[in-house]
Amino acid sequence: MARVVIDGKSYEVDGRRNLLHACLSLKLDLPYFCWHPAMGSVGACRQCAVKQFKDDRDTAGRLVMACMTPAADGTRISIDDPEAKAFRASVIEWLMLNHPHDCPVCDEGGECHLQDMTVMTGHVVRRNRFPKRTYHNQDLGPFLTHEMNRCIQCYRCVRFYRDYAGGRDFDVFGAHDQVYFGRAEDGVLESEFSGNLVEVCPTGVFTDKTLARHYTRKWDLQWAPSICAHCGLGCNTSVAERGGMLRRVMNRVNPEVNGHFLCDRGRFGYERAQRVTEDPEKEKRTPEDSEKKGLSESSGSSGVKRFSEFSGSLCGLLIGIGSPRASMESNFALQTLVGKDHFYSGLSDLDASLVSLILDILRNGPARAASLQDVENADAVFILGEDVTNTAPRLALSLRQSVRQKALERIGKGGIPLWHDAAVREAMQDEHGPLFIATPYATRLDDVATAVWRAAPDDLARLGLAVAHEIDAEAPAVSGFRMPMNSMADALRDARRPIVVCGTSCGSVPLIQAAANVAWALRRQGRAADLCFTVPECNTMGAALLGGGRLGAAFEAEADTVIILENDLYGRAGAAQVDGFLGRVKHVVVLDHLRTRTTSKAHLVLPAATFAESSGTTVNNEGRAQRFFQVLPSREPVMASWRWISEMLVAAGRTGWASLDEVLAAMGDARIRAAAPPAAGQRIPRRPPRYSGRTAMAAHVSVHEAPPPPDPDSPLAFSMEGFSPEAPPPLTPFFWWPGWNSIQAAHKFADGPSGVRLIEPGQRGAFFREVPAPFTPRRGEWWVVPVHHIFGTEEQSAMAPAIVKRSVEPTLALRPEDASDLGVSTGGAVQCMLDERTYRFRVQLRPELPVGVAGLSLMGATKGVGLPCWMALRRA
Amino acid sequence: MLTTQERSAIEEEREHYPTARAACVEALKVVQRTRGWISDEALRDVADLLKMTLDELDGVATFYNLIYRRPVGRRVMLLCDSVSCWIMGCDGLKEHLKMRLGADLGQTSADGRFTVLPAACLGACDHAPALMLDETLYGDVTPQEVDRILQEGS
Amino acid sequence: MERPLTKNLRSDAPDLAETERVGGYQAARKALREMRPADVIDLVKRSGLRGRGGAGFPTGAKWSFVPMGSDVPHPKYLIANADEMEPGSFKDRLLLEGDPHQLIEGMIVSAYAIEANVGYIFLRWEYRVAAQRLALALRQAYERGYLGRYIMGSGFSFDLHLHVSAGRYMCGEETGLLNSLEGKRAVPRSKPPFPQSSGLWGKPTVVQNVETLCNVPHIVNHGADWFRTLSLSEEGGTKIFGVSGKVRRPGAWELPLGTPCRRILEEHAGGMKDGVRLRAVLPGGASTAFLAEDQLDVKMDFDSVARAGSRLGTGTMIALDDRTCPVGMLANLERFFARESCGWCTPCREGLPWVQRILDSMEEGRGQPGDIETLQRHGRFLGMGLTFCALAPGAVEPLRSALTLFRDDFERHLREKRCPWR
Repeated sequence: MARVVIDGKSYEVDGRRNLLHACLSLKLDLPYFCWHPAMGSVGACRQCAVKQFKDDRDTAGRLVMACMTPAADGTRISIDDPEAKAFRASVIEWLMLNHPHDCPVCDEGGECHLQDMTVMTGHVVRRNRFPKRTYHNQDLGPFLTHEMNRCIQCYRCVRFYRDYAGGRDFDVFGAHDQVYFGRAEDGVLESEFSGNLVEVCPTGVFTDKTLARHYTRKWDLQWAPSICAHCGLGCNTSVAERGGMLRRVMNRVNPEVNGHFLCDRGRFGYERAQRVTEDPEKEKRTPEDSEKKGLSESSGSSGVKRFSEFSGSLCGLLIGIGSPRASMESNFALQTLVGKDHFYSGLSDLDASLVSLILDILRNGPARAASLQDVENADAVFILGEDVTNTAPRLALSLRQSVRQKALERIGKGGIPLWHDAAVREAMQDEHGPLFIATPYATRLDDVATAVWRAAPDDLARLGLAVAHEIDAEAPAVSGFRMPMNSMADALRDARRPIVVCGTSCGSVPLIQAAANVAWALRRQGRAADLCFTVPECNTMGAALLGGGRLGAAFEAEADTVIILENDLYGRAGAAQVDGFLGRVKHVVVLDHLRTRTTSKAHLVLPAATFAESSGTTVNNEGRAQRFFQVLPSREPVMASWRWISEMLVAAGRTGWASLDEVLAAMGDARIRAAAPPAAGQRIPRRPPRYSGRTAMAAHVSVHEAPPPPDPDSPLAFSMEGFSPEAPPPLTPFFWWPGWNSIQAAHKFADGPSGVRLIEPGQRGAFFREVPAPFTPRRGEWWVVPVHHIFGTEEQSAMAPAIVKRSVEPTLALRPEDASDLGVSTGGAVQCMLDERTYRFRVQLRPELPVGVAGLSLMGATKGVGLPCWMALRRA
Repeated sequence: MLTTQERSAIEEEREHYPTARAACVEALKVVQRTRGWISDEALRDVADLLKMTLDELDGVATFYNLIYRRPVGRRVMLLCDSVSCWIMGCDGLKEHLKMRLGADLGQTSADGRFTVLPAACLGACDHAPALMLDETLYGDVTPQEVDRILQEGS
Repeated sequence: MERPLTKNLRSDAPDLAETERVGGYQAARKALREMRPADVIDLVKRSGLRGRGGAGFPTGAKWSFVPMGSDVPHPKYLIANADEMEPGSFKDRLLLEGDPHQLIEGMIVSAYAIEANVGYIFLRWEYRVAAQRLALALRQAYERGYLGRYIMGSGFSFDLHLHVSAGRYMCGEETGLLNSLEGKRAVPRSKPPFPQSSGLWGKPTVVQNVETLCNVPHIVNHGADWFRTLSLSEEGGTKIFGVSGKVRRPGAWELPLGTPCRRILEEHAGGMKDGVRLRAVLPGGASTAFLAEDQLDVKMDFDSVARAGSRLGTGTMIALDDRTCPVGMLANLERFFARESCGWCTPCREGLPWVQRILDSMEEGRGQPGDIETLQRHGRFLGMGLTFCALAPGAVEPLRSALTLFRDDFERHLREKRCPWR
C-alpha cells in the first residue's frame, strides 16, 4: 500500500497501480480515454493530466499524466488544480475538433464516455472555425456498425483487437490528423471477440448492430444481471429489454470469470431467447400443437390440469429427464416431482460419463478447478484435445493473456511497471508461452503456441500420460511413445502456476485422465497446478452435480409418462433410439422454449422461460454457482420450468414453491443459495433513474399506471424505484453512476468476485494407470471427431439472426489424401450410414488432421450421431 | 505476382533483420522502385511474402509518406516546402510547377509524366530552394531551372 | 583551428585506402586492442561530448546506462540516427556524403564501448548520394575486416547494416526510429523505459546522431583533454554550424563549440544579402525558439543558448529577415510539424493542425479576434511533458517566442486583415 495526497487529502492506495487507476479506485472523478482497466496505460490521449508536486513546499508543481505516473508512496497531486483542469478541458476541445456532434442519431448517445468526459471537463463552446475531416465507413459484418467520423483516436480498439485479443485483420492506418481505425478493406471482422469493441470504444465508432435493429437508449432499458447461457464458462452479463423485447447483452465485470470481456456468441446470441416479431402478441408462446394430439387441446394452466388428470393416477410410472441447459432449480424441481430414482440427467451417456469423471477428478484430486482469472495468470499451459475458441470461446482470450505471464515476470523484475502496457509490449516483443497445444486439428490459438501437435484423441491421451510420467516417475509410463514436443515437461515443471486445459469435446475418457495425471504429477512436484475442464453447456456441471440416472437407462425404463426438461433428446442419442423411446411412452410432456424435434414428438409442450424470462442458478465449468435474473416481465403462459413443475406438484396434492428462494431452500445447499442474496430488503431497481415513459408507456391500454410486475424470485424490481448504489456484484443490473453513463462506470462499483465455488480439491488422486493403445487407423473407415463451431454448435444461440449470418455450413473435414482416395475434393460430398440413416456431408480439406481421423461439424442433426465414432465414408 | 527480381531483392533485405516484418518498408520500396507505386495487389503479395496481414502492412504503408498507395506519374518530384526553402521562395516554384504541369501538389500531370509532392526539408538548406526529381537533388532552383529540369526529365 | 570532423571531407568521399592513409580506423584499432569498453566510456565521459542531434545529452552518461556483462539481453544494438529532417539542418549530410568511413569507425568504437554486436545506420531515403557512399563504404569495411566477426583480430564482432527509411520526421525521434526499424509505424515510445535498457526488439540499444558518433574516433585518438580544448566553452569539441536563409554565403562550417552566433552569421555566412536586414534567427533548426537580433552575441553551445531562452538544437540556424513575414514563416513551420505528427497523442495530432490553420488564415487576412490567445494557449499546452514526445513541444518553441518577439506583426495581420508582406 502507498499513501498519496490528492488535493490535500491523504489516501491509502495500491502502490502497484498508476495514479489514474488509484484515483478511480478511490471513486474520484478523473477523465480518461486510452487507459483501460484490463489493458493498462499507453499515455496517448493525455486526458488524465493532474498536477504533481515534489513535496509540501512545492506550490508550482507540474502537469503529469496520471495514467503514466506510479502511485508511489508520498506522491502529492492535485486533480482540482486550475491549470490541470484547463489542460483537460483543452484535450476535450481538441478531441471535439473533428467529432461530428451527432449524439442525437448516435447509438452511443446516453452511454457515451466521450459525452461524460466532455461534461466532466466543462468544455462547452466550440472555438474552432475550420472544417472537420470526414471518413468512409466500413461494413465489418453482422455484429458491428462502423462510424469512423466519431473517432477520437484513443487507440483502444486497435490495442484490444490486436494486442489483447490477437486479431490481425484490423489496424490503424495513415498518420497525423488523418488516422483511420478499421480493416484494409471492408469485410467481416475475424476475431471471435470483436463485439468487445462496442464497450472498449469510448464513443460511437463501433456500436452493436443487433441492438440497432431494435434500438433503445441505455437509460430506457430495463436491465438484469445475468449469466451467459451459451457455453459452460458462465460469463457474467447484463441483459436488457424494453416493451417486452430483449434488446441487448453487455458485459458485467466478474474479476474471477469474464473480467471485462465477452465472446461474440455470448454478446450477440441473445436474439432468440424470446421470439421477436413485429407483433409480440401473436408470437406468444402457448402450449404447442404437436404431431401427437393426445393432450394438445390444453392451454396455459389448463395444461397443468390436463397433466394432473393423468399424472395423479400414473405417478408410479412417471419419469423425468433433466437438462444441462436448464437451471439448477428446474432440474431439482423435476427431480423432486419424479423422485430421485426416476430422474435422469439429460446428458448424453458419453457426456455423463466424461463429466462425472471430471467431477471425480476435481473433487478428489489435489488440482483445483481453475477460474478464467486463474487461467489468465497461468505461467504455463498445456491444452489437451480442446479447440477452446470454439468450445469455450472466452477461455481462448484468457489463454492469450496467459502466454504473457512468463515474460511479464521478467519484465516486472526489470523495473517496468506492469500497467505500462506500451513499454511492457515493447520489452516483450513476440515472446510468449509456454503454451502447448495438442489437438486433433488446428486451433485459433496455434499462433501463440510454443508447440502444437496433431493426433487422434487416444494418442493425445498417450502424450499427456507420457508428459505426466516425465514430470513425476510415479505416474504410469507410456511404453514405446516418442515425445513429439521436447522440453514440454520441463517447461511445465519450471512454471509456478501451470494449468492443464482439457474437456469433453473429444469425447475421450483417457484424455481427461491424462490431463489429471499431468496436473497431479505437477502437484506432486510442488507446483500449484490447476485443471481447467471445459463442458458443453451452461449448466452441464450443475446437472452432473445433481446426478440422476443415465439417459440410456431412461430409454430402457418402464414409464407411462416422461417429463422432458428443456432438452432435445435427438441431440443426446441416436434418432432410432429416441424415436423408439418417445413412441413407446404414452405421455410425452416437454418443457422448453426452443422448438426441437423432441417438442414435435410431444403430447404436451409447456412453454418454459428462457434465461431472460426467469431467474435461476447455473454452475459453470469450474463449479461456480451463479445466479441469473429475469429481465423480461413474466408473460402468460410462459413460466420458468420449475414453476410449471411446482404447479404439477400442487396439482398432485404435494407442496410446491412460490418463489425461487423456496426452491433453493428445498434444495438445501447453502452454497448454491449464497450465489446471490435472497429476495428481501430494499428492492434494487432494474431500470435506470432516467427511465422514460413509465407513466405513459401503457396509456394506450389504460391511463392508470399499472403497478410494477411483482418479482418474488429476486431482490430486484421491475421499476425505477429502489436503491441501487450499494448493490452487491451478483445483483448489479447495469453500470451507471452520476456523471458516468457509459460502461466505464464499472469502476465505481464493488469489484469483488461473485458466485460461489462448489467444488474444492481433495487430497487423493491416485494416478490413472490405464494407458490406451496407440490409435490404429482403419481401412475405409475414419474415427470422426466432432468439430465445434463458435457460431452454430450451441443450440440456444444458433438461431439468433446475427449468429446465423456468421455460421458456416456443416462440413466433414478430411485429409486431402483421404479425400482424393475417396474421389472427392473441397465442396464435394461424402455419405455414410449411421443409425440406419444415410447422412450426407460436404467435404472440407484439413491437411493437419491425423491419419485415419476426420472431423464433423457438430451442429443440428449431427449432434445425435454420437460423435466421436467410426464412420465408413464413401463418395456421395 | 512479385517478379523473381523483386522477390530476391526483398529476401536480401530480409537478411538484415531478425524479423520479417522489419523488412516491410524496404520490401515496399523494392516493389515501388519497379512499379512506381504500391497497388492493392502488390501490397497483398508483399504481405504474403513477409507473413504479415494486409491490414498490418497497409497500416505501415499508409504511415510513410514516401510509400505511394496511389498511382504516380512516370517521374516523381519532391518539392521541399520547409522553412529555408520557403524563405528562399519555394512557393514561387510551386506556382510555377502548377502552371507548367497543370497539376497541384499531390496530383499527376495530365500526360502522366510528373507527380509533384511536397517534401520535408531535403537537407539542402544552403542551396534553397531545393527539389528532387526521382533520385537526383537540385539546389538553388529558379523557375527557369524548373523548366530545364522538366525538359530533361521528360 | 582544428577541424577533426571535416578535415578529410571530400565532395566525392575519400575511399578506404585514402581514409587509412590519413589515420582512419586507427581509433578502432586502438580501442579494440588497447582499451576495455569501460575505458572508452570513461574517456568519452571525460571528453564532455554531448549529443549533436539536438537534445545535447552527455554521450558517455547515456552509454553508462547500458547494462553490461555476459548475462544481459543480447544482442545489444547501436544505431546511427542519420534521419536528418529537422528543417534548416543539413550538417549530417555533409558527414555522410563526405566521409562515410568516419561514421563507420565511430560506430565500431561506440559499439565496442557498449558491447553492441549489431548496428544500423538509419538513413532517410532522400539522402541518395549518402546511401550509395555508405553502401560502398560498408562493403569496403567488411572486406577489410573492420566489420563482421572478430574485428581486427580482437574478440569483438560487429555487424553494421544500412537501413533506408521512407519518410516521416518522427523517425528522427529515437524511439520512433526504433519502431520504424522494427517495420512498424514510427510512433514514439514512452520513456522510461529508456532504449538503453529496452530498445530495439526490446534489447538494450543506443541511438546516436551521426555527428556525435563521428567525434568518437577523434576522442580516442587524441584524448579527452584535447577534445575539450577544441571548444571555446565548457562543453568539449567542435560543432558543425550551418546558416540558411537570405545570407550572402549559406553553408556549414566546423567551428569550436561556443563560437558566438553573430560571428558565424557575419564572418562565415557573410552577413545578410543586400537589401535585407536580419530580424532574428532560429539557432538550431525549426524546433528552437527565435533569438532576436540583440541576442546574437550568445555563444553557440548548449548551455549558453539555453540561457538565452532557446536551444542549440542541431546548430544549423535559419535567418529571418525583414522582407519575410514572421507569421508566414510560423505558418510554414507549423504546417511541417502538423504534417509530421504521427497521430498518437491528442495535443499534437489535433492541436498543431489547428495552430497551422489559424496562422494560414491570418496570412490570408481572415484572422479573428482571439486567434492570438488560441495560439498562446497552444504554446502553453503543447509544452514538454504534456505531449507524448518532443515533437509538439519543439513545434511550439518558435511559436511561443514569435508571439512575444513579433506580437506587433501578428496584431497587424488581424487589424489590417491582410499580410503586410504580401
